[in-house]
Amino acid sequence: MNATGTARAQLERSVRRRKLVDQLFVLAGMAILFASLLTLALLFLKLVHDGAPRFGWDFFTNFPSRNAGRAGILSAWVGTCLVMLVTVTAAMPIGVAAAIYLEEYAPKNWLTAVIEINVRNLAGVPSIIYGLLALGLFVYKFGLGQSIVSAGLTLALLILPIVVVATREALRAVPRAIREAAYALGATHWEVTAHHVLPYSTGGILTGMIIGMSRAIGETAPIITIGALAFIAFLPTPPVSGHFPYLSFTWLTDPFTVMPIQMFNWLSRPDQAFQVNAAAAGAILLAMTLLMNGVAIYVRYRFRKKINW
Amino acid sequence: MPSEVKFSGLMPATDTDSGIIPVRESGRGAVHLNVDEARRASAVNSPIKARAQGLSFYYGDFQALKGLNIDFREHQVTALIGPSGCGKSTFLRCFNRMHDLTPLTRYEGNIMLYPEDINLVARGIDPIEVRMRIGMVFQKPNPFPKSIFENVAYGLRVRGLRSRVRLAEEVEQALRAAALWDEVKDRLAESGLSLSGGQQQRLCIARALATNPEILLFDEPTSALDPIATARIEELITGLRERVTVIIVTHNMQQAARVSDFTAFMYLGELIEFDETTKIFTNPSKKATEDYITGRYG
Repeated sequence: MNATGTARAQLERSVRRRKLVDQLFVLAGMAILFASLLTLALLFLKLVHDGAPRFGWDFFTNFPSRNAGRAGILSAWVGTCLVMLVTVTAAMPIGVAAAIYLEEYAPKNWLTAVIEINVRNLAGVPSIIYGLLALGLFVYKFGLGQSIVSAGLTLALLILPIVVVATREALRAVPRAIREAAYALGATHWEVTAHHVLPYSTGGILTGMIIGMSRAIGETAPIITIGALAFIAFLPTPPVSGHFPYLSFTWLTDPFTVMPIQMFNWLSRPDQAFQVNAAAAGAILLAMTLLMNGVAIYVRYRFRKKINW
Repeated sequence: MPSEVKFSGLMPATDTDSGIIPVRESGRGAVHLNVDEARRASAVNSPIKARAQGLSFYYGDFQALKGLNIDFREHQVTALIGPSGCGKSTFLRCFNRMHDLTPLTRYEGNIMLYPEDINLVARGIDPIEVRMRIGMVFQKPNPFPKSIFENVAYGLRVRGLRSRVRLAEEVEQALRAAALWDEVKDRLAESGLSLSGGQQQRLCIARALATNPEILLFDEPTSALDPIATARIEELITGLRERVTVIIVTHNMQQAARVSDFTAFMYLGELIEFDETTKIFTNPSKKATEDYITGRYG
């Protein structure tokens, strides 16, 4: 073999060796990814399997009952939906407005730096602490009671840091060139924010909001802390009624329960039959969370397709 | 009559009356000059639209512009050239107060706008007001991720124009002025981002023109474009003289020579030489200018 041939062989060997490292990394990554996905999938399947006998229309339309076979999650899923409604209504405007202020308006000084660090740290505060805060503040101080509005506000507080951080990231992703283009046309700070920055970052903001909600939907500790009931055999006052004034807000102050509490309640019963109910409720809760994450992914995909810088 | 001439070899620049301007050979290839004596005469005699007087600019403690004095004549194209970091873009961005968006920046001196005789960089003058009168086209095409129509209409909407009919008229007029109408008239509802790079830049020009600015600033408008798109933009800028006073920053010497009536050569934040473009490119009075345009540095 001549000199160039040897050199070439060496080169090939070197490339092969380095590409092997490449492939090993991909393999390791895939293995870890599948291990975690598989765990989740197995858990979900186990819940579905265990709860299978209870899946049916009745399960969704029945109130909890002493009879496991007749018990359902009606008050739990209605409660969860209403609490989530309050959470979104409170967390979305406050979180987005806070993020806009911090990202677009706030001067860079020590005060905003402290606020920023605080917001990030809030995301790490144990949820039961939020529960204690809410018990003192919403339930007693504001006299909102052990109600849907107390729970909704508590969860809103809990996900606020997530919403703020996600929104800020979405706002920051709008290129400087776009802002400059709007400014150069004579737009004011607010016009640049409202006409451009905010609309272009809607995808990211909604994604953050949904991720926050899928965190909130499974929260149990703070809801128990503020005193949600575990056994409720009635529904809150309906928000819409057939007679004047059609809209009612009394549901806000009604007692309630939510999915994870219902599940926890069944789990803690000695009767084995209730374990089936717990599994079924768990499967549904997990499905709701996964569905919300799915929606988040779809929303992000839709907006990415429309706007690619 | 414009006549394009191309000379190679160093020749004394004297015979200007014939309309043939000998051009010094440039390291970047021969420079083409469009010479039109009638134009030149009107250029020199046209009224002054803006005047920088002892203009200095600071980023924090760093002084980026050092006491610039230049007159910009109405309905003429003035090119700002110079090596990277010479402050030409910084100078351009003073005109529409773009620097106000960056903290810790400071202007000194004046940029007077005529005939009103107001100082564009004065503290008492609101940058929004300045930007309502002075448009800008950026280095990289930056259309909004909105429809083509909305891109052009945006400046008008900010100015409070609501009538659909008027908006449609103005948008069409601006797109025609930017030589883009025929290409987009059937797809005004499509996203501005769906256009090619050159079209996007012409969309940005239309967007700026729609608001009828008194001065239009171009910050290296073709540096992200291919030669054909560049040629179209240059042609467009040349034609824009009729409507608006143009100031253009460019890295490309040929471009400055092709599109501008006046050229300012800047170096390290200072104005080295300012004159008619034909003069700068044929018979610069400063050694530094000559070195730069012949490609010896920069």
